[in-house]
Parts: sequence; C-alpha cells; structure tokens
Amino acid sequence: MRDHMLSRPQGLFDQLETIHRLLSRASGVDGAPGGIRAVAYGAFPELNVGRTPTSVEVFAFAPGMDAKSLEVTIERNVLKISGVRSATVPRGDAKVQLYANERPEGRFSRAISLPDDVDPLKVEARYRDGILRVTVGLSVAAQPQRISVQ
Amino acid sequence: MAERSELTSGKGFDFNEHPVSPAVDIFEDAAGITVLADMPGVAKDRLDVRLDGDTLSIEGRVELEGLQDMRALWAEVNVPRFRRTFTLSRELDASRVEANLKDGVLTLRVPKQAHAQPRRIEVNAS
Repeated sequence: MRDHMLSRPQGLFDQLETIHRLLSRASGVDGAPGGIRAVAYGAFPELNVGRTPTSVEVFAFAPGMDAKSLEVTIERNVLKISGVRSATVPRGDAKVQLYANERPEGRFSRAISLPDDVDPLKVEARYRDGILRVTVGLSVAAQPQRISVQ
Repeated sequence: MAERSELTSGKGFDFNEHPVSPAVDIFEDAAGITVLADMPGVAKDRLDVRLDGDTLSIEGRVELEGLQDMRALWAEVNVPRFRRTFTLSRELDASRVEANLKDGVLTLRVPKQAHAQPRRIEVNAS
C-alpha cells in the first residue's frame, strides 16, 4: 500500500477514497456471530451458503478462474475450496505504471463446516460467470417426507 | 423473489442504494490504461458500461440461479450489485473504450489519444 501512495499521482478525492478503503478493511467482521472457521471480512473467495429442502448450496465468488484449477474436497463434513489465481498485472516492466492492485491473486484456500445432515457422496460443482457453486445433497433421512394419512 | 433478497441483501439497510465497489487492478502502459474489475456472478446482459462525458462507470447485477425455496445460512456477499466510477483524463480516448467480460472479470481498455502517446524527441546536434 505504501509504495502505491508514493507512486500514485493522487488528487484529494483519490486520497479520501484510499482512506475510506483502508478504514472499511480495518473494521473487520461487523459484530456478526461467526463459527470457529469464520474468517475476517475480505477473505477470498467470499462464500454464501444456502439451504433448500434437498440440498446445501455453497456459492464461492471466485472470478477469473480456470475451472480446472479449482479444487473442491469434502472431508468429515468440512468443505474445502482451493485453487490458484494467476496474476494478470504485468510486473517488473518499467514501462507499466500500476495504480491499483486490489484483486487478490495467488494460492487461496477456504474451508467451511457443512451441516451434519448432508450426504458427502452427493456433491456437484459448477463454475459459471466467476461463481463456483457446490451443491451437497442432504441425506435422505434429513429430507422432508410426505406422510400419507391412512 | 423473497428468497433471493434473503440470501443477497442486508438487514435494516437499503443496500440497493449502495452497491459495492468491485476490486480493481489498474495499470497504464504507453498505449493506454487497462482496468480489471472482479464482478463475480454478473452475466453479460446484467453488465452496464457507461460513458458520460469524461466519466466512465461500470455497473453489474449478480444473478444467482435456482434460489427458490432457498434459505440463507451464511452470506458474505450481501449486496447483489457492483458499481464503480472513474474519471478519465483528457489524453484518454473515451470513444475507443473496449470492454470484455469473462468468468466474472471485466477488462476495460482505454486507449490514449494518438497525439498523447509518448514519443521520443530527437535531439539534433548541429
């Protein structure tokens, strides 16, 4: 960050924007209750998790990835998503001036615990428009069943 | 519709009025400026790149499919909308901005005016 400040031709509003960004980064998780595997705000990729009557859906916001380089594993109900995000900014070129470099790059890994009632054998993962969506089916016992009244 | 707002909107605050700023990389070479913006979940038809005078704005809406009957358990992305605005300086050629969206990454290329590209000035020795 510091070398940016030194090399960036900034106007007043650019500086305010920089300060705002630093502050919002420093404020961290804003009071939301978190599990033991929760990480500070800003981790890559960001995760949203939803639940349908038949599955748990995990959305990982990981833009600009090659689907083949994404690794998804489930071990003891912990879902792990990892991969490598290759650098897109040219470095070491004296003719290229870098003004902002906010996009995370390099190796990343995130893990979340799944609810107890999922069936780790029923997993499907798709990557589209920069979102990795992992669908983990619920075990049959956990799915809603209609009981017919005699 | 209600399910979606539960999964992708905050509580007690109208986030729709306050889109999030996408993370960007910006760099400049001799021919122009390149902007890369992370906009995961934004499909091409939900992306709006707009040029108004010297203001370049990018805006996109996140679409998640199959959210019927879905209940949110955890959400780090609370705002389904990205927006960021840049002011172009005069040496940039706004009429030739190119935009390309792939896997949720928007690449903008803003070339410099032909006369603004650097050139070497010959020093004549007499």
